[in-house]
Amino acid sequence: MDAIGVVEASQLKKDRGAFAPGDTVKVHVKVVEGEKERVQAFEGVVIRKRGEGARASFTVRRISYGVGVERTFPLHSPMIERVQVVRRGEVRRSKLYYLRQLSGKAARLKEKRAVIPTSGE
Amino acid sequence: MAMKEGLIGRKMGMTQFFGEDGKQIPVTVIQAGPCSVVEVREKGRHGYNALQLGFEPKKKNVPKPRAGHFKKANLPPMAVLRELRLEKVDGYEVGQTLKVDLFAPGELVDVSGVSKGKGFQGGVRRHGWHGGGASHGSMFHRAPGSIGASSDPSRVWPGHHLPGRMGGERRTVLNVQVVRVFPDQNLLVVRGAVPGPIGGLVVVRKSVKLTKAQQRARKAQ
Repeated sequence: MDAIGVVEASQLKKDRGAFAPGDTVKVHVKVVEGEKERVQAFEGVVIRKRGEGARASFTVRRISYGVGVERTFPLHSPMIERVQVVRRGEVRRSKLYYLRQLSGKAARLKEKRAVIPTSGE
Repeated sequence: MAMKEGLIGRKMGMTQFFGEDGKQIPVTVIQAGPCSVVEVREKGRHGYNALQLGFEPKKKNVPKPRAGHFKKANLPPMAVLRELRLEKVDGYEVGQTLKVDLFAPGELVDVSGVSKGKGFQGGVRRHGWHGGGASHGSMFHRAPGSIGASSDPSRVWPGHHLPGRMGGERRTVLNVQVVRVFPDQNLLVVRGAVPGPIGGLVVVRKSVKLTKAQQRARKAQ
């Protein structure tokens, strides 16, 4: 492994990355309010994954009160408690920017028909 | 003058770390050392105190005089030789190896390197001139403008800022924080950027100056 890889290995979270663009995910984000810390969920469609190693990030898009909201998270951020996959979507490209132009029924994604592992969630 | 001990290294590239609050910190990875002490220069004999450090093995094409120099130190030939001037050289011996464990996380260091060459650049980029207006009939954009008075002195003052070659100069960034040390891989992770291209040679030394905060603390005492 090259030097950057060695250094980045110390920053990676092992349980990340089990989702792909098109999937609907629930991101459990730690929110610090004054002294207290609590977990907030942000649920939406993954429209982009980019980068490698510790620099990887992903973007989640959701419609909140009729307004499109996109949040980009560093994939290995310690502020993310976990990323839960709600639904696997079938898409044919890696960047789903076209969803920004669509709304309502048109913005739906087909669910991926996959073999469900017997020992899965 | 910089009079602290340090290491020779190579810039390996940049990445990011996560701070305790989850914020991303830009960091530079430096392959620092191991360096061998090839010669100890002493005030009495050489007129100044310094350590001559060698870095990275060199197998091929070692010039005879250079080979002899390493033979005298009983060390294999090395590609890079640098002198680090020190206040005192007591306790250092020829053949001794210096490693990254010289530095600890949180410590401040100074990093020197040769900055990336930028080629022939105009005054706006090279010296930070403001330039003229872009539109509204402005006929002065990025030109140098006046470079001095007329018949007196009838010449341009030496050292006047003008367009020319930029970059490729030795630069030092002071008080860079060490974020992490990987002693097994000889890697040093420091906060922020460091002069030079990836693969460029750098010299990492313990910091010589106080930070603004340290100055204030000293003054308060």
